Amino acid sequence: MLRLEGINLRFKGFSLSMDIDVAKGARLGLLGPSGSGKSTALSVIAGFLKPDKGRVRIAGQDVTDLPVPERPLSLLFQDGNLFPHLSAFDNVALGLKPNLKLSEAEHEAVDHALDQVGLRRKGAQKPSDLSGGQRSRLALARMLLRNQPLALLDEPFSALDPGLRREMLALVDDLCRETGLTLVMVSHDLRDVERLCTDLCLLDAGQVQIRGALGPILHDPPDELKPWL
Amino acid sequence: MTRSDGIGAGVSALVLIAIMAPLGAVLFRAGPMTGLGAADIAAVRFTIWQALLSAAFSVAFAVPVARALARRRFPGRSILISLMGAPFILPVIVAVLGLLVVFGRSGAVSAILGFFGLPPIEIYGLHGVVIAHMFFNLPLAVRLVLQGWLAIPAERYQLAASLGFTSRDVARHMEWPMLRAVCPGAFLVIFLICTTSFAVALTLGGGPSATTVELAIYQAFRFEFDLARAALLGLVQVAICVVAGLMVFWVAVPNATGTGLDRPVTRWDCNDKLSISLDAAWITLAATFLFLPLLAIFVRGVLGLGELPASIFQAAGRSVVLSLASAFVAVALALPMAVLIARGRAAGIIETIGALSIAVSPLVIGTGLFVILRPYVSPQDSSLPVTGLVNALAALPFLLRAFVPAIGQAEAAYGRLAASLGMTSWQRWRHVLLPRLKRPLGFGAGLAAALSMGDLGVITLFAAPQQGTLPLEMYRLMGSYQTSAAQGAALLLMALSLGMFWIFDRGGRVNAAT
Repeated sequence: MLRLEGINLRFKGFSLSMDIDVAKGARLGLLGPSGSGKSTALSVIAGFLKPDKGRVRIAGQDVTDLPVPERPLSLLFQDGNLFPHLSAFDNVALGLKPNLKLSEAEHEAVDHALDQVGLRRKGAQKPSDLSGGQRSRLALARMLLRNQPLALLDEPFSALDPGLRREMLALVDDLCRETGLTLVMVSHDLRDVERLCTDLCLLDAGQVQIRGALGPILHDPPDELKPWL
Repeated sequence: MTRSDGIGAGVSALVLIAIMAPLGAVLFRAGPMTGLGAADIAAVRFTIWQALLSAAFSVAFAVPVARALARRRFPGRSILISLMGAPFILPVIVAVLGLLVVFGRSGAVSAILGFFGLPPIEIYGLHGVVIAHMFFNLPLAVRLVLQGWLAIPAERYQLAASLGFTSRDVARHMEWPMLRAVCPGAFLVIFLICTTSFAVALTLGGGPSATTVELAIYQAFRFEFDLARAALLGLVQVAICVVAGLMVFWVAVPNATGTGLDRPVTRWDCNDKLSISLDAAWITLAATFLFLPLLAIFVRGVLGLGELPASIFQAAGRSVVLSLASAFVAVALALPMAVLIARGRAAGIIETIGALSIAVSPLVIGTGLFVILRPYVSPQDSSLPVTGLVNALAALPFLLRAFVPAIGQAEAAYGRLAASLGMTSWQRWRHVLLPRLKRPLGFGAGLAAALSMGDLGVITLFAAPQQGTLPLEMYRLMGSYQTSAAQGAALLLMALSLGMFWIFDRGGRVNAAT
């Protein structure tokens, strides 16, 4: 589903090198300390940064030169990135139509997305009227509504307390199973990766240290992973 | 109550007396008041109308300029933004002379208009007052609105790009809500500033159709010595400022002290040629509007330096001493008050006292002080000390705004530690506050000195011919049509004002803790 071929990027004195594959339906956890290049890697996949070398392929298509909105992916940001002046419904609807002129079918699709995250009745409320967990769900609904084969999550629930975080990861887990979504999640917490992901990529100083299926790696953790356990 | 709290309370009481006692003295001397005459009502109407227009045009012009600055990165951008602060400390009389060179009947703009067969701009009257106010307030408006743009998180632009937002969607969902929150506050602050306009109205206004309330107060004092009318107009001025001030407090006013982190934010919605050209045009237009008058003063001023009479250099010396004294008094008053506010001791009351000098006309304060001092000192002898004190009081609100956050942060970080170590008030000042106040102290003192250096207010009331400050002498040169010498004096005044600010501000940055 996702292939980073010989990616090389020099950016503000930092250098990122990556060469990875993510299979369809797999969920890759990008783990690493601050400044290791996790978010930079995500920016390369999303198209916010263009690599100096290498190609980015999504679902077999070379998207390296495609502008951001034309890439078949959706994003979930750290703080949900909701628009405070819009209702919960409109925030989700932006994922479908930025001008918010929805057809009947699109209206129903937004309702369905809200339903999937348990916020059907909260559609009229503003983000400020919702709890932290509900806001995260709302951002998740917007991501789901985009209906793209690849989802990129940039430390999506790090601002939530541990209980809510577990709950949200379980919800994303359910939705991924339901929809067969391929996912890349940036995290600095191995426990979050364990809860949601099938694969692991450990980055340090812009270099891939460990890459593989999560189960076998955790069964016999290499030295590089030990500080994270 | 600690010792420093006591000093703060005492200083606040002194400031309150220094502002209210002169107002009381004027009211007392005024005797019975009659109602406002037709000319006074016209002055009130003109004051509000020109302030509304000035604020509206400043903010309307600032929006596309701030948008362009927020969207583009180019060499010299940060220098341009920093230089935009210059008009605030530029003496009004210098700016007016620069604007006359560019927008006057024989100025560059009128020449261009004439080339196309159009009549020249009428710089005197409403047009001139509004153009001058735009010159002073456009940079403030740009900084306030730019602050709003920079507060939009970079991630939101990334989200917008990933959701396929067009430029129109970005404007609708991101920029318009920000502008709706920021613009009313910016408009009201500029409106408030323009309602107290004196020097601009004195030089470019005047006459029955272009007199502000402040100018009417000056005319009542200077030409008619009608204290009753001046006092009544002073009260009207207070009322206008209080209403505008309450509206400013009611509407959240964005902070203009910085430009945020000013991180480079990549935009995906505005990289077409039309957007780039429009942004370049707005930035060029604003830079030309702001810097052309200064450039004109520089070029013409160099030529006029040789024609300066000796009295100008004596006046410059007086102005330097006056502005240094004024800055010292302003800092001495502001520091203890700021400590009290930062510690939350009757903060609302102290802040109100600190802001009083915005509402009460400096001309009324100055005249009141002359009335109080007259039995003991002649108005001519007291004109410079009174001017220095009034200038210090006028700078107080800006200094408090600079000092309070720094003191608040120092107290929050080290206050408990200082208390647990049993530090005395002096030790607290020396080890906790002063090291963290160097930067705002330098900035505040520089601002107070520069504002006093360029002030053309109270000094116009009672200064003897041989006791004028540099702005007053320059105004006299303009009045006697010695334009070239006036332009030379303007260059000298500009250099002294900006130089004074620069020296203090740089001094505050040397080895500053924060």
